[in-house]
Amino acid sequence: MTSFLVRRILGAIVILILISLITFYLFYALPRDPARAFCGKICRPETLTLIRHNLGMDEPLFVQYWHWLSGIFMGREFTQFGACPAPCLGYSFATQEPVFSAIVDRFPVTLSLTLGASVVILSFGILTGMLAAWKVGQPLDKIASSTSVIGASLQIYFVGPLVVFAVVDTLGLLPRPSYVPFTEDPLTWFVHLLIPWVVLSIIFTANYTRMTRSQMLEQLAEDYVRTARAKGMSGRSVFFRFAWRGAMIPIITIFGVDLATLLGGAIITEQTFTLHGIGELAVRAVQNTDLPMLLGVTVVGAAAIVFLNIVVDVLYAFIDPRVRLS
Amino acid sequence: MTTVSWSSEPGTSRGPEPFLSVRDLSVRFSTEDGVVHAVDGLSFDVEKGTTLGIVGESGSGKSVTNLTILGLHDPAHTEVDGEIWLEDQELVGAGASTLEKLRGNRVAMIFQDPLTSLSPFHTIGRQIGEVYRKHKGASKKEARDRAIEMLERVGIPQPATRVDHYPHEFSGGMRQRAMIAMALVCDPDLLIADEPTTALDVTVQAQILDLLKDLQQQFGTTIILITHDLGVVANTADNVLVMYAGRAAERGTVREVLSKPSHPYTWGLLSSMPRLTSSVDMPLVPVRGTPPSLLNRPAGCAFHPRCDFPQLVGSDLCFTQRPDISPENGHGDACYLTLQQKRDIRTGDTKEQA
Ligand SMILES: Nc1ncnc2c1ncn2[C@@H]1O[C@H](COP(=O)(O)OP(=O)(O)O)[C@@H](O)[C@H]1O
Ligand code: SF4
Ligand SMILES: [Mg+2]
Repeated sequence: MTSFLVRRILGAIVILILISLITFYLFYALPRDPARAFCGKICRPETLTLIRHNLGMDEPLFVQYWHWLSGIFMGREFTQFGACPAPCLGYSFATQEPVFSAIVDRFPVTLSLTLGASVVILSFGILTGMLAAWKVGQPLDKIASSTSVIGASLQIYFVGPLVVFAVVDTLGLLPRPSYVPFTEDPLTWFVHLLIPWVVLSIIFTANYTRMTRSQMLEQLAEDYVRTARAKGMSGRSVFFRFAWRGAMIPIITIFGVDLATLLGGAIITEQTFTLHGIGELAVRAVQNTDLPMLLGVTVVGAAAIVFLNIVVDVLYAFIDPRVRLS
Repeated sequence: MTTVSWSSEPGTSRGPEPFLSVRDLSVRFSTEDGVVHAVDGLSFDVEKGTTLGIVGESGSGKSVTNLTILGLHDPAHTEVDGEIWLEDQELVGAGASTLEKLRGNRVAMIFQDPLTSLSPFHTIGRQIGEVYRKHKGASKKEARDRAIEMLERVGIPQPATRVDHYPHEFSGGMRQRAMIAMALVCDPDLLIADEPTTALDVTVQAQILDLLKDLQQQFGTTIILITHDLGVVANTADNVLVMYAGRAAERGTVREVLSKPSHPYTWGLLSSMPRLTSSVDMPLVPVRGTPPSLLNRPAGCAFHPRCDFPQLVGSDLCFTQRPDISPENGHGDACYLTLQQKRDIRTGDTKEQA
């Protein structure tokens, strides 16, 4: 287990370095020059050079990358902004704020959205899928199967405002979505995020209902389930004690893959409900050609996905004894 | 090798009521393509403490028959007619809870592939123990002790350690032993072994069959041994039922069927068997043709498209009328050839090959 974690974490670091390298490179391959953008409409060459120097852009690419990378672990000195203690992701070109603290400020919003939606997706998707499989061919199954198709075809930016209009404006059941830190008041945090969670999970939940249903049905046709029945196990215990485990394995695998998409969905959700999360930072960083911010957001987002995938793998090993974490 | 004979007169159902009696059993599945007549008018008996070998090509209805005994088919897509008597209990149409109490307790089953037939998610000990807990109301501790005892009984070394292992940590032979331990944990009266050695290599096959024989001798278990291998039957069973297309083609004691086979399909099976024929050099002749579709069965004798002898029968009986097995008891077959014709063909056969 420990050696598995060490290996996975080392692997994750390599992946993250590669991602940052690629982002770094791609950014410079873009025709847009951030220094020129700063310089304004009437830009004198001397000013441009100065800005370039201040942004550290007059050095060779790999030196710049090295500065960025070592800053994360050892901190950096900036001529313009002064000391930036580790972990330092540099200063935003656009807003001049430290990238790291900007991300730290907004990360809880995105994390709350993603994790909350994950809980909704998994619990609701698996539950309805199980019920559909349990009552296969019966009305409940048909309802679950057809609503799941509808759910999968909905769009966040379409459903979001609709739900807000119905639930908040018309019925007044829930407050308008916003972010209140969990540490401040867990209940308020929960109530204000309920709508975004549900909206973000709608498109995914449907998929999990369908997958759980078909996986359960597949497992129920397996030899070992037949053996369990041949031993005298009741239908219910066969369903809930035997078959579910086998069904969860592909579900968890898919979920690991879906995490990245889910994070993307979280960004759209933030936009839809004007929540100030990582997504907003990312969108603005792209608009402003804000390299440090873009790199920071990319690497932190990737780190979150990689980390959650490690969690998923550990979970996987708990469910399936054939998977050894050694 | 131990001789296999536990009943005084196997095969002849004179004595008292047979232990298991299947009467005119039909099993039909409704599928998207139509109705599959997997078993059609099948009758057979098994005496207490004996072994019945059921032989036939893949798809002949062996598994379906035996799953029906345990009521393991999905009732939504399956239609079962006929009677299955386990002593004085009728199993066709028995309620779910009656069957649940029976399964794993009085009647146990082992399957072909022990790897897929055991749950990959639970330890061997738990899978054995839970049967015992379910039927005997044992505590966790008692169930575990019993599991260890059973593993020891089926010859698994270090049972106290192995009990906590998962199936994937066992070898194929060990897995089938564990499967047998699981089947026998409640001392069942009837053990149905559905091709228990097909997935194993030859040396392990012999070990597993020996184990079954030993356990039968110790505990007097009645066994139905399903196989497509007549060699297995020759070594293990008292009686044989040869199945073709969901029906009985031939039945009798092992000696009767192997030394005086009387159905053309049995002849085919025997000539495709290397070990049982007298001459070692004799080529293996598989039964020509393929098994019939059970969706659209041939009229008359289901074997006629593959049979060499319908013209000997004369008229078009083979093509129009379904032969029933006769005589009612003892060595019988479902074929219109006369005894004399069968004898001639058999001896002619041996002359040809000599
Ligand atoms: N649940 C089912 N639904 C439809 N057809 C089935 C089902 N189970 C078995 N069959 C069909 O019944 C026939 C007999 O199968 P089976 O008893 O498994 O043969 P075998 O003699 O090899 O054990 C086969 O043609 C098989 O395809
Ligand atoms: S009844 Fe006719 S077709 Fe069937 S096995 Fe006998 S001879 Fe062949
Ligand atoms: Mg079979």
